[in-house]
Amino acid sequence: MLHRPTSHSAAIGPGPVPSLANPGPALEQQPRHAPQAPSCGSEAFCVDPQALSSSHPRQHTQYPYVTGTSVLGITFKDGVLLACDTLGAYGSTKRYKSFDRLRKVNDVCMVGASGELSDFQYIMRLLEELSDDDFCMDDGHHLKPAEVHSYLTRVLYNRRNKMDPLWNSLVVGGFHSGKPFLGTVGMIGTSYTDAHLATGFGNHLARPLMREKHHPDMSEEEAVALMHECLKVCYYRDKNSINKFQLAKVTKDGVSISEPFALETNWGFKLFQNPAANAVGTW
Amino acid sequence: MAQAGGFSFDLCKRNEFLEARGMKGPGFTKTGTTIAGVIFKDGVVLGADTRSTAGTTVADKNCEKIHYIAPNIYCCGAGTAADTENVTGMVASQLELHRYATGTQSRVITAMTLLKSHLFRYQGHVSAALVLGGVDFRGPHLFTVYPHGSTDSLPFCTMGSGSLNAMAVFEAGYKDDMSKEEAMELVARAIRSGVMNDLGSGSNVDLCIISKEGVEYKRNHEYLQGKTYERQFPQRFAAGSVPVVRERVYDIRKAVTVVEGEPMEMES
Repeated sequence: MLHRPTSHSAAIGPGPVPSLANPGPALEQQPRHAPQAPSCGSEAFCVDPQALSSSHPRQHTQYPYVTGTSVLGITFKDGVLLACDTLGAYGSTKRYKSFDRLRKVNDVCMVGASGELSDFQYIMRLLEELSDDDFCMDDGHHLKPAEVHSYLTRVLYNRRNKMDPLWNSLVVGGFHSGKPFLGTVGMIGTSYTDAHLATGFGNHLARPLMREKHHPDMSEEEAVALMHECLKVCYYRDKNSINKFQLAKVTKDGVSISEPFALETNWGFKLFQNPAANAVGTW
Repeated sequence: MAQAGGFSFDLCKRNEFLEARGMKGPGFTKTGTTIAGVIFKDGVVLGADTRSTAGTTVADKNCEKIHYIAPNIYCCGAGTAADTENVTGMVASQLELHRYATGTQSRVITAMTLLKSHLFRYQGHVSAALVLGGVDFRGPHLFTVYPHGSTDSLPFCTMGSGSLNAMAVFEAGYKDDMSKEEAMELVARAIRSGVMNDLGSGSNVDLCIISKEGVEYKRNHEYLQGKTYERQFPQRFAAGSVPVVRERVYDIRKAVTVVEGEPMEMES
């Protein structure tokens, strides 16, 4: 097992951290930064010196800033499909329209995230470190989807216990030993597996359609059609979404994440044309 | 100074003071609900579930959420049960008097305007979220009325805690110019989606189909969570199925004397 650096710093909390996050001894002897010069950006990983002095209580994450909306997942006969849109919203603004919220972990596993996207990038760094360790070991082993799910559960639950959560709802999809795996982890560490899952708005809009139409031996075409229907409904009724989606598939042949695509939407129903025709004063 | 209408907020400060001291205010029965409506080729189909909740308890397993407004207008109600029932009853009475005065069929926009003006006057405190549908001489109409008094005119709409679940079904399945059977199936599917996926909705599906020809009120069109076993009352046991352990016969006539009496003096 490769040595994993631990930190005992008051600033970033105790416990194992990604190697880049380990504050070196040089941190304590930092030159006092002038108020105008920001302390971040000057080194690869730099902790705000304010945080090292415990003059005031440290505040943790209270709310997310750049967020992603629902992630949908279904199992089918030969694998798992995950889908989501590519929007990173900054409150009500559609700030980043090409954000990949579905990422490959290894050849048998993929992860999708909704919620604070910077926390998702940190989680991907942790998973990449684990995958890189496996690669360096060079013994043909890789993390199984259930192991990734379990690892993420522990990470999120432990952060929740420190009252500093990673503000994400994650969906883990994988295919191992001939069986599809689909699990979710919430920001407080709630985790479970199911035949079909969704985060956020998808729970209200997509799950009912999945419950109606999903069965475990769906073909890939049926599964993709169901996903398109669910994505379309989520786009119609979720304010924080755009008509640009990605579909990620994992089968025995590995993980493939599609190029972004759009779905055909229909805004031209006859009765939408002049809704106030018989009801003056409505809109 | 006598108020013409609206709420009197005189006791609010006293209530806040009492609540700060630990008094628990009275609760109210809500209808965590799924209600929906769809316009089809010749009319409107309204649908509703039948569960009424008081907090986390189911208060009424089979309540009626589709309220009568006029012979050609019906209204589904979500929100506080008292508010929906009374506001729809009030508008139904007003419309009946109006029909006597004018001698013509009520229009759906009349009902809508009466409801929205009342709800706006009470600034959202009358917690009634309604799906109003009907057919009049201008054709089929479907409106949503929100507790603060705004309205939308839509070809398909849903309200209540199960509204997103039902709306997903509508967004996936609505078409222009549906037949009556297609519309009924779509609304039943939408309400079923609310019942199965929302904890505040449950029990059965009610449908109401309004067209120029008339109204079909399908109370309990689908039983989704009926009891698997219904106990008969009074209980009937087949003769010989129960062993007799002991038998005692009392002749009450021995202990009772029947006497003719005078009627009691009642105060006039």
